[in-house]
Amino acid sequence: MSDERPTITPYPDGPLIIRGDVEMQTVEGEPIGRTRRTVALCRCGLSSIKPFCDGTHKAAGFRTEE
Amino acid sequence: MPTHTVEARSPVNCSPRGALSEAVLRVLTGGRGGEDLDARARSAADRAVNLSHDDDIQLALFLLYASSYGSLEGLDPELEWSPALIAARRALERPFEQELRERVPVPELPEPTADAVARSLFALTSGESGPSLARYVARQADASQLREFVVQRSVYTLREADPHSWAIPRLTGKPKAALVEIQSDEYGGGRPDRVHAAVFAKTMRGVGLDDRYGAYLDVVPAVTLASQNMMSMFGLNRRLLGAIVGHLAAFEMTSSIPNRMYGDGFRRLGFGEDVTDYFDEHVEADAVHEQIASRDLAGALAVQRPELLSDIMFGAAACLAVDGWAGGHMLASWERGESSLRSRA
Repeated sequence: MSDERPTITPYPDGPLIIRGDVEMQTVEGEPIGRTRRTVALCRCGLSSIKPFCDGTHKAAGFRTEE
Repeated sequence: MPTHTVEARSPVNCSPRGALSEAVLRVLTGGRGGEDLDARARSAADRAVNLSHDDDIQLALFLLYASSYGSLEGLDPELEWSPALIAARRALERPFEQELRERVPVPELPEPTADAVARSLFALTSGESGPSLARYVARQADASQLREFVVQRSVYTLREADPHSWAIPRLTGKPKAALVEIQSDEYGGGRPDRVHAAVFAKTMRGVGLDDRYGAYLDVVPAVTLASQNMMSMFGLNRRLLGAIVGHLAAFEMTSSIPNRMYGDGFRRLGFGEDVTDYFDEHVEADAVHEQIASRDLAGALAVQRPELLSDIMFGAAACLAVDGWAGGHMLASWERGESSLRSRA
């Protein structure tokens, strides 16, 4: 796992999906708890659990153009 | 060798709901009557007006699948592949599948590309009549209704993810990796305390319920069993691979937002994190899973095997329809001021 290069994948009309060993932290340098191997980061700004995605983008009609 | 003059009480902790489920229960626990079980199953199915709501048929099917999962105590593992029991299962599966195919409206098929399939699945699942059960739970349900909701959910959720895992060895390449990525998370990513079924068991204990599988089998209605049986049928039959994949996609795509509302309902009535953990976990988890399931699993499978496209869409539509019937039953019962559960025999 530690040798694996992490990936960030923007899913159309959806979140950024992060796979692999990435440390997430706040601007103060505090670690942001990550409990799963694959995480989705909010891209629409509307999530109630930022920085993670909670699916709200769908109801809001969020669109991306990849 | 002891001789049995009277049939011992079934070792499975459940009451039959008619002649067929009684016979299935007897044969599954080593009793007599296997020779004409498929004929009994066929005639019960022929008589049924609506298989999805038929208590005797859905319980019989549920018990036959429980034998494959090993989910209930007292089912003899030697009988898992008993020809008589398999014949009975097939005699129920065929008309159940046919009924679903007749009653479930399937949208126009997209092109077999990952993007088109994912977009079509998102369109299908967003067209849902709305999370009205979730809204009711969030705003109105009282404590006993919330407990009922947990009881209804326990049929699937204490075995969460298992029906879809049957598909793993039947997939290859990208869709297989996608399914395993989702299932690994469902099963806790290596942490037994984070296995979703275990997190749900904690919710059950937190609201004062028994977390042993099948503890409430006698009180759940046919339509709740039908929802579980549909998944088991899709998962256990290789010919329905597309349907189980589509089912998982739709399931994940209609989960994160309702789960936030379910959590809100339990918080509203003062339940703590031990109870809401399960729902909160699914807000985050299923926002990940729905992306993988729609595009990397269902979409990639359609690219790899375009002949499965129509069943992928059927499985997704069937998930929405049947879970809609089950949720609608709960909501309608509560709005009438009644329980959505059966009373114990």
